[in-house]
Amino acid sequence: MKAHDMDNDPIAELPADVKQHMTRYKAPPGLERRIRHMIAQESRGPGWLDRLRASATRWWPMAASFACGVVVAVSATTMLLAARHDDDFEQQLVSAHVRSLMPNHLMDVASTDQHTVKPWFTGKLDFSPPVVDLAREGFPLAGGRLDYLQGRPVAALVYQRRGHVINVFVMPAPDDRAKAVKPAVHHGYNVAEWQTSGMRAWAVSDLGREELEQFAQLLKTRE
Amino acid sequence: MTDIRSRFESEVLPCLDAAYSLARWLVRDEHVAEDIVQDAYLRAFRYFGSFRGSDARPWLLGIVRNCCYTWFAQQKRSREFETDLEDADAPALDGQSRPETPETLLAQKMERAHVTAGIARLALPFREVLVLREMEDLSYEEIASVLGIPKGTVMSRLSRARRQLQEELSPYR
Repeated sequence: MKAHDMDNDPIAELPADVKQHMTRYKAPPGLERRIRHMIAQESRGPGWLDRLRASATRWWPMAASFACGVVVAVSATTMLLAARHDDDFEQQLVSAHVRSLMPNHLMDVASTDQHTVKPWFTGKLDFSPPVVDLAREGFPLAGGRLDYLQGRPVAALVYQRRGHVINVFVMPAPDDRAKAVKPAVHHGYNVAEWQTSGMRAWAVSDLGREELEQFAQLLKTRE
Repeated sequence: MTDIRSRFESEVLPCLDAAYSLARWLVRDEHVAEDIVQDAYLRAFRYFGSFRGSDARPWLLGIVRNCCYTWFAQQKRSREFETDLEDADAPALDGQSRPETPETLLAQKMERAHVTAGIARLALPFREVLVLREMEDLSYEEIASVLGIPKGTVMSRLSRARRQLQEELSPYR
């Protein structure tokens, strides 16, 4: 039984012949298949590299008990994989940034007001991302959206600087240690990573490296 | 991950016709509606982990509607917004236009194409309320949450939408 069958409709209903002739469109053939395909692509989640790295980390203590040589070999592998993993993740960040610049994708909540953007995330994420406006420092807040990274929903905050877009991806940190701003470059995009008060953050932009680092420092101290 | 995916496929994918029908009625273009629905599903899938409700259909329809509005804004087809309440020049669908003479008026019977054209001529705020209520059977509360407006506003819009549609169709009765 439909929900509204139970409440009496207080508004004059349409005549039966009008209702009879209403068209409820059907999705065209092929659309469902395309959506299924898209979801399959999207849900691939962490690749083999992440799984390998996770298992390498898990088995590390046992390997240590066998032989020193194995320890050296395994930790070398882990470090190597960690480096490749970072690279992989930066690739994900840059892809998310580029995707956000495509039509329709940049913002779910468009507002320069941090008091509008921050509550928007409530109920959509299992954490509350810090949202500060840096308009006076020359980096006005433009809005926010939900994004998806490393198999979990994350907050994406959008800032602007002279027409450049800066995406800031925020997710809870695995520990409470603060980490200094660390710059990187990926496919021509600058990435700055840092960690504060239980939050990890990455800023991605085509903005110059120095300006992006300045922006990251500002955010880190203001959060 | 695969658990989310199979839940998504069993709870959200069956709403595909509802999603498409809403998008089609709002943007009035079959190809654009298809793109919008595909985009809406991608978004829905990404947010699905944080969806806490029991009925995915109103939730999905809310996302579809947002995607339609984003499209309107982008297309600068602000005609929809400018003439908001008096959008009388929407094209009649299916090549059917209203008959010109009193004789043909009398001869006409109510047909599907007339109803379709009548609904298509309603301004966006009335059209969306009418479609969500009459075709998707949503409750007033659900419509209010999809549109982000109070329940009272939903009811007054629906009332006007029904009245306007009947006026549009009066030549055929």
